[in-house]
Amino acid sequence: MWRDARLIAAKDLRVEWVSRVLTTQVVPFGLLVLILFGFGISPDLQTFEPGEATSKVAVLEQVAPGLFWLAVLFSALLAIGRSFAIEAVDGNLDALRLAGLDPAGIFLGKAGAVLVELLLLEVVLGFGSFVLYGAPLDNAVLLVTVVVSATVGIASAGTLYAALAAGLRVRDTLVPLLLLPVLAPVLLGASLATEAALFGPASDGWPWLAALGAFAVLYLGAGILAFGSLLEDS
Amino acid sequence: MPAVSDPVVLLSQAVSLLGRFPALAGADLRVDPGEVVLLQGPNGAGKSTLLRLCAGLAAVQSGTAEVMGFDVATRAGRRSVRRHVGLLGHGSALYDDLTVEQNVRFWTAANGGESAGVDAALERLGIGGRLRTVSVRNLSAGQRKRTAMAVMVCRRPRLWLLDEPHAGLDQAGRDLIDALVGQAVDQGATAIVASHELDRAAGLATRVVQVVGGHVA
Repeated sequence: MWRDARLIAAKDLRVEWVSRVLTTQVVPFGLLVLILFGFGISPDLQTFEPGEATSKVAVLEQVAPGLFWLAVLFSALLAIGRSFAIEAVDGNLDALRLAGLDPAGIFLGKAGAVLVELLLLEVVLGFGSFVLYGAPLDNAVLLVTVVVSATVGIASAGTLYAALAAGLRVRDTLVPLLLLPVLAPVLLGASLATEAALFGPASDGWPWLAALGAFAVLYLGAGILAFGSLLEDS
Repeated sequence: MPAVSDPVVLLSQAVSLLGRFPALAGADLRVDPGEVVLLQGPNGAGKSTLLRLCAGLAAVQSGTAEVMGFDVATRAGRRSVRRHVGLLGHGSALYDDLTVEQNVRFWTAANGGESAGVDAALERLGIGGRLRTVSVRNLSAGQRKRTAMAVMVCRRPRLWLLDEPHAGLDQAGRDLIDALVGQAVDQGATAIVASHELDRAAGLATRVVQVVGGHVA
């Protein structure tokens, strides 16, 4: 299983490295979403700090975690779609079935490649959020753990649902429709945990981190168990 | 694993659906080891579905179907037979962004083949020189087919399933395909070829069967 996963992940990352879709399309799209959110919420708009009647902070700064994760989710749809678009043409999916690779290995390989791409994307979007929204950082360990856990969940669930729709003509439009509701808990948990990591207290973030971890484990397990059947029926 | 004399393919009243359409509507076929069987028939007759069924890629709705001793009417049988067959279908199953060599090396590793044979296969197929570092998206149809065939050679299947193998190839390429199939059969493989190029394919085949309306005549 691990050998097959490495093989598939290396192939997908090599295809990505050559085609540059991440750097020329996915990352610019994510940055564009961040900038547009910035246009939608005036930088001058202020609100009272929680529990404070006099001190005010910028609304944009307060909602930065949610906007960051929304930009990640929308960009992830492109990366996940791309991951299966390269298999859906020219008989590649049939060739994967014929190869006799362990389906769990294929799932882990494809999810692993998406994970690497999304983590790179998040580094850029994180920097963009810092520049555009000016959010502080209270607990770096919590932030990194939240980002990794949430991204494992997004990559796992995304790979699973993309496989579900892989053989369908309407897959490009169906995957976002299936995936966004499924990832709503990740958006909620990751936004609140990131908020705790940025503004504190960190103790508010740990329960959400546990939920994100559970989501990631659930979809990793589901993918390992179900990917064979999905690949067979796609 | 079947004994040497057991049929490689044995279909009896096999039905396979494409959606709701019976692409195979009760096909009977026996292919013995070492044969090169040419499937002839009009477009939509069921030739490609027959090849996909033999590859373990198409489900069997009714009837019986055994390929290399595996019951391909079952999901487990279909999965098991795939390791032993090679299918050159309508798609070349190559990644456009990767080079010729990267594609052949990836699929050879995925198929559990030996990477030591890749260089020889590329040379044999005439894509071992400057073409090996060219992206597949920049290849001609014939060069793509040669690359797909190099993958097949490295895979070393026991049952070769070839769907229009001569299409898009020049004369030298066609001769090469025939030579490779002949060599594989000499080494113990079996081949089923679907082709509209009857003059060319008939010379390769040891037997010709007609496929019409989802039936094998």
